[in-house]
Amino acid sequence: MLKVYHCDLHIHTCLSPCAELDMHPQALVDRALEKNLDIIAISDHNASANVPYVQAAAAGKNIRIVPAMEITTREEVHLLALLENLFALRELQTLIDRHLFGENDEDRFGVQAVVNERGEVEELNNQLLIGATDLSIDEIVDTIHRLKGLAIPAHIDRESFSVLGQLGFIDDNAHFDALEISGRTGLAKGRLQYPELRHYPFVTSSDAHFVRDIGTATTPLLLEAPTFAEIKMALAGQNGRRIVE
Amino acid sequence: MKIEEIVQALGLEVKCAKDCLDREVTGGYTGDLLSDVMGNSKAGYIWITRQVHQNIVAVASLKEHSAIILINSSQPTAETMDKAEAEKIPIMVSDLPAFEISGKIYNLLTANS
Repeated sequence: MLKVYHCDLHIHTCLSPCAELDMHPQALVDRALEKNLDIIAISDHNASANVPYVQAAAAGKNIRIVPAMEITTREEVHLLALLENLFALRELQTLIDRHLFGENDEDRFGVQAVVNERGEVEELNNQLLIGATDLSIDEIVDTIHRLKGLAIPAHIDRESFSVLGQLGFIDDNAHFDALEISGRTGLAKGRLQYPELRHYPFVTSSDAHFVRDIGTATTPLLLEAPTFAEIKMALAGQNGRRIVE
Repeated sequence: MKIEEIVQALGLEVKCAKDCLDREVTGGYTGDLLSDVMGNSKAGYIWITRQVHQNIVAVASLKEHSAIILINSSQPTAETMDKAEAEKIPIMVSDLPAFEISGKIYNLLTANS
């Protein structure tokens, strides 16, 4: 039977330099449960080492964790990659690691902590995660699709790091699976603002960097079960699965 | 001043639309945010940018720019080259950074006016 699942498909952890340290796997999952979220995607900037720990923190709980990453393309567009499993995520991470350069400066950009489900720091990432990869948006979309994932440009309504800000418009040849509208704008206003993008599915998410922001913007999806295959069908509007706008 | 004269004066490498260099350059704009370039540049301008994505051709065509200059020896992608040929938008490459190439073109254009 189809039912509505509340999804927040863009949440950072303390691995992102700009997120607070309190954003560790256990705290994040606790808050998501408090907010009655059914599905959340964990998407750090160009990194993913906290995803398995968030999954561990959510083990046995009534919430589904989608492995994800917010990749910075060569054009400085933030692109969300949602993936089916950790194997695909690891493959994507290997590619990103080969195309991301520079070292983090903790004082300037913030600490990048890998924290396990017990709240213990496993390691500090020293890559310049706030930087951009040298991969084009088209190359990254192709890679995500080869890994059977979903490619969603983040916060298209924001001026900075958005596909519209950086690239001016969305080309008909771009194969995005959906477009993310920031929580500040929301789906209804997003539809009014971008009539030319009406044929794209829209999602909205919190883009939470702080625990208190988790679930402040969610997308209701009509699914049979909280699985990746079902989410994929909902974004494509197949078999009765859909985004409830 | 024509594109051809700027190409000669600054030793630019012409990557595509080589037969469209007789257009008049009326001014210039430097920027990598395509939304900003769409909002603030004018017809006839030569556009100086680090972006190499194919959308630059559509923006230049829409705004009727005379040509695009890529900085820091950045190379246009294959899709960008194809579109630029089709839309007849000359793309040139300079090994200089944006600040320097913009300054040189500014001087050429103001010396001629």
